[in-house]
Amino acid sequence: MKKSTEKILRAAENGYLGVILIFLYAPILTMMALSFNSSKSRAQWGGFTLSWYAQMFDSPSIMAALQNTLYIAFMSALIATVIGTAAAIGMNSMKRTPRALLTSLGNIPMLNAEIVTGISLMLGFIAFGITLGRTTILLGHITFNLPYVVLSVMPKLKQTSKSTYEAALDLGASPVYAFFKVVFPDIMPGVLSGFLLAFTMSLDDFIITHFTKGAGVNTLSTLIYSEVRRGIKPSMYALSTVIFVTVLALLIAANFMPGKKKEEKSL
Amino acid sequence: MSQSLIDLVNISKSFDGDLVLDDLNLSVKENEFVTLLGPSGCGKTTTLRIIGGFEKADTGKVIFEGNDISALPPNKRQLNTVFQKYALFPHMNIAENIAFGLRIKNKPKSYIQDKIRYALKLVNLDGYENRTVDSLSGGQQQRIAIARAIVNEPRVLLLDEPLGALDLKLRQDMQYELIRMKKELGITFIYVTHDQEEALTMSDTIVVMNQGYIQQMGSPEQIYNEPENAFVADFIGDSNILGGTMIRDELVEILGAKFACVDKGFGNNTPVDVVIRPEDVELVDPDRGTLTGICTHLIFKGVHYEMEVTTPDGYEWLVHSTQMCPVGRQVGIHVDPFNIQIMNKPASEDEEAVGVNE
Amino acid sequence: MNRKLLAGPYIVWVIGFTVIPLLMIVYYGLTDASGAFTLANIMEIAREEHAKALWLALLLSLASTVICLLLAFPLAMVLRKRGVGRGSFVIFLFIMPMWMNFLLRTLAWQTLLEKNGAINAFLSFLHLPGISIINTPGAIILGMVYNFLPFMVLPLYNVLCKIDDNTINAARDLGANFFQTLVWVWIPLSLPGIISGITMVFVPALTTFVISNLLGGGKILLIGNVIEQEFTKSGNWNLGSGLSLVLMIFILISMMLVEKYDKNGEGTAF
Repeated sequence: MKKSTEKILRAAENGYLGVILIFLYAPILTMMALSFNSSKSRAQWGGFTLSWYAQMFDSPSIMAALQNTLYIAFMSALIATVIGTAAAIGMNSMKRTPRALLTSLGNIPMLNAEIVTGISLMLGFIAFGITLGRTTILLGHITFNLPYVVLSVMPKLKQTSKSTYEAALDLGASPVYAFFKVVFPDIMPGVLSGFLLAFTMSLDDFIITHFTKGAGVNTLSTLIYSEVRRGIKPSMYALSTVIFVTVLALLIAANFMPGKKKEEKSL
Repeated sequence: MSQSLIDLVNISKSFDGDLVLDDLNLSVKENEFVTLLGPSGCGKTTTLRIIGGFEKADTGKVIFEGNDISALPPNKRQLNTVFQKYALFPHMNIAENIAFGLRIKNKPKSYIQDKIRYALKLVNLDGYENRTVDSLSGGQQQRIAIARAIVNEPRVLLLDEPLGALDLKLRQDMQYELIRMKKELGITFIYVTHDQEEALTMSDTIVVMNQGYIQQMGSPEQIYNEPENAFVADFIGDSNILGGTMIRDELVEILGAKFACVDKGFGNNTPVDVVIRPEDVELVDPDRGTLTGICTHLIFKGVHYEMEVTTPDGYEWLVHSTQMCPVGRQVGIHVDPFNIQIMNKPASEDEEAVGVNE
Repeated sequence: MNRKLLAGPYIVWVIGFTVIPLLMIVYYGLTDASGAFTLANIMEIAREEHAKALWLALLLSLASTVICLLLAFPLAMVLRKRGVGRGSFVIFLFIMPMWMNFLLRTLAWQTLLEKNGAINAFLSFLHLPGISIINTPGAIILGMVYNFLPFMVLPLYNVLCKIDDNTINAARDLGANFFQTLVWVWIPLSLPGIISGITMVFVPALTTFVISNLLGGGKILLIGNVIEQEFTKSGNWNLGSGLSLVLMIFILISMMLVEKYDKNGEGTAF
C-alpha cells in the first residue's frame, strides 16, 4: 500500500513538471510552428512552407538587425567577461567594507528595474554629449552584463584554495605564472558561464536597447517591437527559430565534446 | 531475560541493483546498548535508517514490541535519531531546537520548559537556551542533538556515528558521557560506528557487519577474544591471522611449528584460521621459543613497543610488548594456549558471511 | 603587483555607467524644464491617471509574484528531490527560453490565447468552456508569470538544495508530519531564496511596459507605460524621471528586504 502511494506521488510530480515545461515551452513551439505557416495570419494554419526562411535573407532590415544583435551580444559579453573577471579577482583581495560597497553598487543594474537603468543610461549619454547609436547600446549591455559575470566568477574564486596558489609560489612560480597556471583553470567554468549568461541576457534584451539606441539602429528586439502594430513578418519567426536551434545545438555540442566531464542530466 | 524490543526480520535492501543488506536478522532487547560496527559500505547506516523509517526495506519486516512498523513513516515511530552531522535546525535557537518534538505533540508550555532545562542539565549545557546553533562547537551541537532527541522520551535512541566529526579527546569524553546518559535514561541505544574502540568501550552487544551481512554478534569480550572469522579478527584490533592446521584437539600447527591450544571439535588435520593478538605474543630466548625469528622493526608507542618479528618462512609477526627487542636480534616466539583463537576457514565468501544469530 | 588594481576598470565603469546615470534621473526628477528645483514631478504621481497606473501595476505585479511563488515552490521541491544534476541542468532548462526573443515569446501568448487559438481549441476538445482573457489584466498577469517564473524558481531551487537531507529527516524523526515540516523547517530555511525570488519577480513585473503593451491590447496603462511614454512620445523627461523616482522607492524597499534576509547571497539565482 505504501508503495502505491509513492507511485501516485511520483506520477503527480511528473505531471506537475510536465505542465510547467509545457507552459514554458508552448510559446516557443508556437513560434516555431508559425515559421512554417504559409498563411501570413497568426490565427490560422495555411499549410507548410519554407518560404519565410528564404525570405529572411532578402530583408535588409532583418539582416542588419541580426548583425547588430549578434555583434552587440558577442562584444558586450566578451568585454564584460574581461572586465568582470578582473574585477572579481581584484575584489577578492579587497578589504571587507570596500568590497561590500563595490558589490552593492555593481549589482544595481541587475536588481534595478530595467526601465530605470535604460532611462538613466539614456540621460547619462545625452548629458555627456554621446550620440545614441550602436555604441551606446553596446555600452548599456556591458553595464548590465557586468554584475552577472562578477556573480558567476566570485563563488569559483572563493572555492579556489589559497594554498594551491601559495604552493605554486613556493615551488618557484612567479605570481603571474602561478595565477594563469593554478588559479585561472579553477575559475574557468565560472568565467565561461558568466560569458554565456551575459551573451544570453544581451541577446534577449529589449528594454535597455529601446532607450539607448539611436534612430535608424535596430536590434532584432527593437525591430520586432516596431513591427508589433503592423504585424510581425513571419520571416522573423523563421529567424528566431534559427537562432534558438543554433544556440541549442552549439551548447549541446559543447557539452558532449570529448574530454569534458559529463554532468548528470537525468530528469 | 527481557524479551526483544525491536526485531529485524529478513531485511534486504539494494540501491541501484547493489545489494546493501542481504536477508538480515537482528533483535535488540529492551535497555540494551547495541552497536552496529563495520567498515563504510557495510550496511550499518542503512540498517539504522530502516529502523528509523528513512529507508524502506525491499523485503522483510521491522517489528517493534511485536507490531509490524515497516510501513510507518518516521514521525509515527516511537524512536528518535541523533544524526551524523547533528542536523540541528539552523534557524532556531537551542531551546527551540529541543522543544521541536514537544511542540509538535502540543505539550503544555511549562512542561516544555521543564523538559528543556532537564535535557540541558543532562548534557551538561545548562543555560544555553538562547544560544544560536552557529555559536556552538561541534561537541556542544552533538549534545544538543542528543537533548533534542531524548526530551521526546523515545523507547529507542538511534545514533548514527554521532562522534564521527569530533576530535579524539572530545570523542573519548563523549563516550563516557553517553554511557552515563544511557544509565540515567534507561532506554535502548542502537549505535552505529566504524570505530572499534568506541564499540568496545560502550556497548553491551556489538554487531559486526560487512558487505550487508552480520559477521558476528556478541559482547565486546566475545568479539575481541573469540572472533568467529578472519574479518572480525582483523577488523577488531590488531592481530596476527595465520593459516594453520588443526592436528587434533588442543594442538594446532602454524608455520610448521606445533602450538598447544584449548580449542576442540574441529576434527583432525583440518585447515583453520588462527588469530593471535599482538599483545599475546611473548618474546623469549631463541632456544625456548616454539618458533624463532629476527626482529625487523621497532617503534616506541608509549604504553608499549610495537615490533615485527620475521620468521624464516617470511611471515611478519606483529608484537606488542613492554620489553624491547632491538632490530636484528634473534628471538623465540611463545604463545600461551588460551591466547590462541582457532576459527573455521570459510569454504567460500558466502559462507564467511552467513548471518550468525543467537 | 597589487591585485586590487584589477578591479579598477570595473570601479570606473560602475561610477560612469551606473552611479552617474542614476544621479541624472535624480537631477531631472527634481528640476523643471528651466533647471530650477521642484517637487512637482514627484507630486504628479498623485494625479488620478498616474495613481491609477501605479495602483494597477502594484496589483498585477503582486498577483503575479504570488502566483510565481505558489508555482515555483513545489516545483523547486520536486527538482531538489530528483537531485537534478547540481543545478546546471535546471538553470539550462529555465534559461533556454531566453534564446527565443522575449517579445516573440510574449506575442506567442496572443496566438495561444486567441478566441480560436490553441488553448481554446484544447479546452473545447475537453468539453470545457473557453477562456477569453486576451487584452485583459488577466493576460498581463499570465505574461508576467510566464516571463519571470524562472527568476523565482532558480533562487528557490538553489536555497532548497543547500538544506541538508538530515535536517528534514530530523523534523520527521521528531514527529512532524509533512505540513508541519513544510511550515516549520522548509519554508523558514528557504526564506532567503523566497525573498530573493519575490524581488526578482516583483521589480520587473511592477515596472514592465512591454508585457502590458503586448498582451493588454495597448489600452491598459501601467506605471511603466506612463514613464516610457514620457520619454519616447511626450518628451517630458522631468516628469518621466520624477515618476521613476517614485517607482524606485518600491525597488529600494525590495532591495533592502533582500539585504536583510539574504545577507550571504544564498538566494542568488545564478
